[in-house]
Amino acid sequence: MLNNPIKTVLEASRARGWVTEPDAKHLLSAAGLTVPRFTTVTEPGEIESAAAGIGFPLAAKIVSGRILHKSDHGGVQTGITTKNELTAAFERFKRLDGFEAMLVEEMVSGLELIIGAKIDEQFGPVVLLGVGGTGVEIYQDVSLRMAPVGPDDVASMIKGLKAGRLLSGYRGGVVVDADELTRTMICFSEFVMASAEMIVSIDLNPVMCSAEKCVVADARIMLPEVEESTKT
Amino acid sequence: MVTERTKRTFCEIINYCSRRNSLEKTCPSSNELSLRPKVDAWDFRCMFQPSTVAVIGVSLERDRHPANVIFNKINLRYPVEVFPVNPRGGDLFGQKVYTGIEAIPHSVDLAIIAVRAEYSLDTLRACIDAGAGGAIIISGGFAEVGRLDLQQDLAQLARKHRFPFIGPNCLGIYVPGRIDTFFIPSERMIRPEVGKVALVSQSGGVLVDQMTKFAELGIGLSVGVSIGNKALVRELDLLKYLAQDPETKVIAFYVEGFASGEGREFVTAARGCAKPVIVLKAGKTREGMRAVSSHTASMAGDYAVFSAVLAQHGIVEAANELELVSFCEVLSCYQESIDGRVGIISGSGGHGALAVDICGRRGLSIPVIDPRQQAEIRADLSPSVRSIASLSNPIDLTGSATDSDFLEAAEHLSRIPELDCIIMLLLPYSPEITSDIGARLSRVCKRYDKPLVAYVPHVDRYRMLIEGFEFNGVPVSPSIKGAVLMVEALRRSQPC
Repeated sequence: MLNNPIKTVLEASRARGWVTEPDAKHLLSAAGLTVPRFTTVTEPGEIESAAAGIGFPLAAKIVSGRILHKSDHGGVQTGITTKNELTAAFERFKRLDGFEAMLVEEMVSGLELIIGAKIDEQFGPVVLLGVGGTGVEIYQDVSLRMAPVGPDDVASMIKGLKAGRLLSGYRGGVVVDADELTRTMICFSEFVMASAEMIVSIDLNPVMCSAEKCVVADARIMLPEVEESTKT
Repeated sequence: MVTERTKRTFCEIINYCSRRNSLEKTCPSSNELSLRPKVDAWDFRCMFQPSTVAVIGVSLERDRHPANVIFNKINLRYPVEVFPVNPRGGDLFGQKVYTGIEAIPHSVDLAIIAVRAEYSLDTLRACIDAGAGGAIIISGGFAEVGRLDLQQDLAQLARKHRFPFIGPNCLGIYVPGRIDTFFIPSERMIRPEVGKVALVSQSGGVLVDQMTKFAELGIGLSVGVSIGNKALVRELDLLKYLAQDPETKVIAFYVEGFASGEGREFVTAARGCAKPVIVLKAGKTREGMRAVSSHTASMAGDYAVFSAVLAQHGIVEAANELELVSFCEVLSCYQESIDGRVGIISGSGGHGALAVDICGRRGLSIPVIDPRQQAEIRADLSPSVRSIASLSNPIDLTGSATDSDFLEAAEHLSRIPELDCIIMLLLPYSPEITSDIGARLSRVCKRYDKPLVAYVPHVDRYRMLIEGFEFNGVPVSPSIKGAVLMVEALRRSQPC
């Protein structure tokens, strides 16, 4: 099920305990999910061509093996519209702990959702859909299902959210393409089933959902702890 | 000429346990067919409908020893031949005590093992060698005191020989009128009657307590099983068996937790089961993962996942004991699920209003009845009620209502397709209401195939009215909330 590049990435990240954002986005993209157009920059000289390749406005994030919660460490900047701003972000990130690269990606908009997964002790892979963003644990508006999920499951997950009406368009707000959200959830659930043995949990947060598409703006894949005995 | 094939068929269709001894002589394949029917499913018929029982570990000195209590009650109360066993032999109440199961001159359908933990493995081996149909190990002293190894040895031996046993550290089984292995003296036990609900509990105490409630509320039991440490036979095994058991219509579980991956198998099997499955989960607050790194892991705690996955698979989760008994009662009467559009009929405006409030909190709707239909109902009411009744839903027939007013209202609501269930709040204080009304209302709703749930204050003097409902397959709750919970169970017994 798991094709080799995916397995390779997960295995290469095991010692770290989690998969960096660029790697995670490559994996998810390979699994059929939509991710923003992105590139990584390690040298100042690459900034201009990176910006030109994607086009302003841009978001920039730090890639560091030591920083899991990027925004808590000032490792995220959004709404960048000029090369100077992007260069300033790069200089700032470079001073942060464990700097490896700067991720540069297109800005995406939409309703912020969270799509997640966890390998449950009793039930195995479960998936989650809910209201995303930084307030996710304040609202706790989520639906859970045992994976794999089908279209009916996704429909009932959306219906089960307090924000369910928001997704279908409430008072002229953002309307989410239900088919695209369903497709995203099903692709994600298949990815989770295939990688269940190698992961602990996944947060895709936020996933920006609009009338056109659902784009995974940030992704965090947590891996099992490496057992001492496997180290030789 | 009797072919091997006809012999096999014969063996499959007879109630084999009662005739197992004679069959073994005529039908060499009966053992494989009946005792070891499928590779993945246990057959508990021999254990749940035994003709011969051995109680191993009776005491020759202590009358109140659990094994003696069990031996006594089976000997005195059940249509079963029972043999006491103790290695020292002798006699018990004038009956010969056998020195081992192998010394019993009959084949044993069910062995009840009450020996000390360290002797349990040898005893189990003796049961297997003697060709017993299965065992219940009531003894404690295993995983619950840190001796997981002892019960693992038991399970390993039993698996090797495809020999079913329940326990250890359990009360065993109660099948009304057939067998009772609980070490509770007969005079201390409240016994539910024969019925359609199977109740499987990890805790013996909870099982006994629930059985008492079942008896009080007139809910019948097909079998009650206390699985204790569930070293071999687990919830999933009983679910698979009970799904096929013709006596069982509803399967209820008290679960403390599943082993790794076991929950997935259980819910998958429950979804494939045509009978309603109810689960009461204990230990709701325990969280598995202290997750700071992932929002999903922190929000999808053990219980949140448990509850969501049950609902996903159409398993009705009971939040507490009241819900458990209410759900068992209603689902033993009706197995079809509904959307939850309720018509409420009462003789008291207050009761109607209280029921509406609870329905609202429980995700049930109370559709307003069309004015044209209201006019039709009104025309059929007695003159004294016609002018004062309120008919929009909830229907308040007032304290002046007679039997016929309730019957007319039930008849009309049964015919309204927008309603998929009726709650009848019946206060039998009014002199115009007779004891026949329970039976008569039940028949109206049966005729239209509309699920009816009743609330009647459970007072002895209204017993005949209540039984009029119950004997006609209509569940009755002693509280308004209980009646609403019953309707909720019908709504939830479908995958969401």
